[in-house]
Amino acid sequence: MTEALTTLTRGVVRENPVWVQMLGLCPAMAVTTSVANGLGLAIATLFVLVGSNVVASAIPIPERARLPALVFIIASFTTTIVLILEAFAFTLYERIALYVQIIVTNCVILARADGYARNNPPHRALLDALGVGLGFAIALLALSALREVLGSGTLFAGMEHLFGEMAQDWEVRVLPEGARFPLALLPPGAFLIAGLAVAALTPIKRV
Amino acid sequence: MADLFSLWVGALLINNFVLVWFLGLCPFMGASTRLDNALAMGAATCFVLVLSAASSYLVYHYLLVPFGLTSFRIIAFILVVAFLVQLTELYVRHAHPLIHQTLGAYLPLVTSNCAVLGVALIALREQLGFIETLIYAFGAALGFWLVLLLFAAIRRQLEGADVPARFAGVPIALITAGFMSLAFMGFSGMGQ
Repeated sequence: MTEALTTLTRGVVRENPVWVQMLGLCPAMAVTTSVANGLGLAIATLFVLVGSNVVASAIPIPERARLPALVFIIASFTTTIVLILEAFAFTLYERIALYVQIIVTNCVILARADGYARNNPPHRALLDALGVGLGFAIALLALSALREVLGSGTLFAGMEHLFGEMAQDWEVRVLPEGARFPLALLPPGAFLIAGLAVAALTPIKRV
Repeated sequence: MADLFSLWVGALLINNFVLVWFLGLCPFMGASTRLDNALAMGAATCFVLVLSAASSYLVYHYLLVPFGLTSFRIIAFILVVAFLVQLTELYVRHAHPLIHQTLGAYLPLVTSNCAVLGVALIALREQLGFIETLIYAFGAALGFWLVLLLFAAIRRQLEGADVPARFAGVPIALITAGFMSLAFMGFSGMGQ
């Protein structure tokens, strides 16, 4: 039980893909202009990560053909989530379309599938993928919350594109109208805020 | 002609793949610690990127569209990229062993460079023609190479700088990239 818990939490804190391993930075910076976008991509990535890791651990993969095989598995799950999002969350999908399709080249997924899932039983691969996926999601949510509050002064705007009607009034205004810092939403702001966040989290990394 | 030129400049500077689209950040951070690494990585990426954008265009329009398989574009494109990387590696290893010594280690990494797939997907979304796709890919590839070299040169200066302990390494690199991105935003007045 404790072992399972360690497998799960390892990806969230000690080996957090974004903050500690600096993997999957591209989508983490690109879509985090609002919590809705960040959450959408985090869910999509979690889906692909869990799906491809379980499959990679369940079926035997010959050593020589492992990279093409893993890439093929990951691409299949990416295609699946693209089709699901196109069908059920089209407005959101349109905003982050490029980065959802780019999940296939997310180094986090290939690294976990090749480095862990392939040599471990499916239930361990599932826990590991869930942990890493949650770690990725938490990093994405933290960065997007920070950028949305600073850049637009709101939190949870546009969540209805992800959760439907019931999320209509989830939008919270954090800063007063007009008090906003648009740089946070622009590309330079993403780099600067990510740099400050990594600097702030440095002690955690050294534990 | 003027359209093609503005497409090229757009991909190279105005919508720079690394600093504006955030594509190819992993090699941007990973391969920029030394100038000669950056040069080799940039060359390998440039070559594969242009080749794969052209091949993806042909595969999409002459294979996927006729058979109604456009939903499988991601699988098709990533296999094209992986195949081209393998092919390039084989060719370079046998025809130019000297180049292989410098580029060999970087070629396999190009497969997981999201800029390569990104260019193919953006060209598709913008419905570019074959020549336009080539020009666009060429601009994007040069843009990647340019900022990679600039960044590697800046990081070399940073090595000697007295950075606060907490910011040493990745944080200061990210902040440097932020200022480069800010500088590149100046190009956005140039058109489009």
